[in-house]
Amino acid sequence: MSVNRRQFLASTAALAATAALPFGRVRAAEPLVVGALYVGPHDDYGYNQAHALAVARLKTLPGIEVVEQENVPETVAVQKVMEAMIVEDGAGLIFATSFGYFPHVVKLAPKYPAVRFAHCGGLWQAGRDPANVGSYFGYIDECQYLNGIAAGHASRSGKLGFVAAKPIPQVLRNINAFTLGARSVRPDITTQVIFTGDWSMPVKEAEATNSLADQGIDVVTCHVDSPKVLVETAAKRGMFVCGYHADQSVLAPDAYLTGAEWHWETVYSAYVTAARSGAPFANLTRGGLQDGFVRMSAYTAATPAAAVRQIDQTRAAMLAGGFDIFRGPLLDNAGRTVIPADTTLTQTDITLERMDYLVEGVIGAIPG
Amino acid sequence: MPILRRTASVAAGALPTTLATAAALALFALFLELHGVSAARALGLMWQGAFGSMFALSNTLLRAAPLMLTALCVLLPARAGLIVIGGEGALALGGLAAGSLAIAAPTLPAALAWPLMALAAMLIGGLWIGAAGWLRQHRGVNETIGSLLLSYLGIALFNQLVEGPLRDPASLNKPSTLPLPQTWMIGTLPGTDAHWGFAVGAVACVLTWLVLRWSTSGFALNVCGGNPQAARLVGLPVDRLVIGACVAGGAAAGLAGMFEVAAVQGSANASLMSGYGTAGILVAFAARQSPLAVIVCAVLVGGIGASGSLLQRRLGLPDAATLVLQGLIFANLLAWEAL
Repeated sequence: MSVNRRQFLASTAALAATAALPFGRVRAAEPLVVGALYVGPHDDYGYNQAHALAVARLKTLPGIEVVEQENVPETVAVQKVMEAMIVEDGAGLIFATSFGYFPHVVKLAPKYPAVRFAHCGGLWQAGRDPANVGSYFGYIDECQYLNGIAAGHASRSGKLGFVAAKPIPQVLRNINAFTLGARSVRPDITTQVIFTGDWSMPVKEAEATNSLADQGIDVVTCHVDSPKVLVETAAKRGMFVCGYHADQSVLAPDAYLTGAEWHWETVYSAYVTAARSGAPFANLTRGGLQDGFVRMSAYTAATPAAAVRQIDQTRAAMLAGGFDIFRGPLLDNAGRTVIPADTTLTQTDITLERMDYLVEGVIGAIPG
Repeated sequence: MPILRRTASVAAGALPTTLATAAALALFALFLELHGVSAARALGLMWQGAFGSMFALSNTLLRAAPLMLTALCVLLPARAGLIVIGGEGALALGGLAAGSLAIAAPTLPAALAWPLMALAAMLIGGLWIGAAGWLRQHRGVNETIGSLLLSYLGIALFNQLVEGPLRDPASLNKPSTLPLPQTWMIGTLPGTDAHWGFAVGAVACVLTWLVLRWSTSGFALNVCGGNPQAARLVGLPVDRLVIGACVAGGAAAGLAGMFEVAAVQGSANASLMSGYGTAGILVAFAARQSPLAVIVCAVLVGGIGASGSLLQRRLGLPDAATLVLQGLIFANLLAWEAL
């Protein structure tokens, strides 16, 4: 177990060095090796790129070494890659960035108790999962709500489109937040949703985008792993687009209104700082705009001025903690009351993570 | 000197694959140099990452385990003269069958659950690929296209069931079947990290070899693959042999799915579809449809997969680098086969 001892010594040394020296001179201590695994390509303009960008920023910090691997499938390969990073590269902190990596993280973690395993997805449970595993996630539906405001102002037809992968709670929450944002601009706006069935289905995503254009829809957004196909197709078809996961404005500078982006840098720097100082590991961490976990893409020339005003206002309210997206009375698109009149669900409310409905104004049904 | 002759024939059999691999490696080295990467350093790292330490070797073996079984799904029909590429769907359904048993009878003891899961997985896998064989023999549907389309159907059915009626309500954001009882999980081979699927895969390859080499039905299958008309003329039951080979191949792929669920994932979910079925095609072709060579080639392909890790972490090469090598090997295999 020499690696573990080395890791332990390294963190102790780092702690001692931080205590004794001013910042920036910690370099002398053994560097902290950070390992990151991605389920797809690191430059997918989407989910994986958002993570890879944050990891790239870590590389610029003194005393940090980064090892990365992309396209790691959610099989036993995950365990092997993480173990290789620990054994061969001396990694002391691992970012397992795909939701489906969790069982593998939980399986490997007890074998390397000195290593910190951070998993993206928010699945950690006290008492059930190892103490050196942490899980982080963000309330990106806040940004999808703001996307909806942009879409509501930009749309002339009052018809919006949403290309979604799977009807799981996270995705439904984004569709609903987007629609509620748009309807705060114009209460009669509708969002047509199309489910492709999986996270990366470029052909189906293109077909879905084209079919949305054919229906007279003029603003689209999505929740798939890589929005590249949707953004490019939408621009080609003369629609406006709101980004997701990462900044896609370079793909369609004239059609990009704004976008909902992850800002994992906040989370990753916090984990790195804690790992170096030996501070306790945050087992479960979540946050939204207020915590800097998510952010909006910069406005473009295509963003309507009225949208900019309303988004800035709403974002300021969200940052001040005085804004809740899911307030009663809220009906689903079958007329059923899903949130009663006197109820407001705050972002941290756990019932939001079991969402199984589409709100009024969404056209489409949850398959299955 | 029968032993000498045997050795010579093994060498002759291995020659095209060896030449193709060598040529592919040479082209790959050229490709790396053209991109400003030292080929010597990269190939050295690949060796280190695949076979250079006990850790690397165990990583390689772990990846090889399902590949042997999915390769058999190509090899067995190939012996009957068919090119079947639908192993991915059979694997997924095999995994689903194993996962379903945990829903239907979670109180079974492991000793009973294991054979039942294996049986269910093999049945559905065999049914799926067997259907491709039946469609070819009785409806004239090309088996390559047929098995591929059936694979898509199988995966669609898998998704429908896992996201619908068979979904564990607690698996919110990653639809999965109910987790297998902890006692049902299959452990690792003593002293290694590789699970029992590796041993079962290797045994399946040896059994396949025994049957093909020493049994009458194996001989009949080879005749049938060599010349179906002649096989019919001498009165061999060609349809039954062809469909039987497909069923056996599908059963192997289904079994691979069962091990993915019972030794790795712990439930049936979309992570099962991660390309083992397709990589098995490469293994079977590299082994030139010889079951014993499948063991060696599965380890080689597993090694290439394992080695990609160091290339990424040390040289910053993209994951596609090892895919380029795999593609070059496959293209070279086809080219050298023609000689």
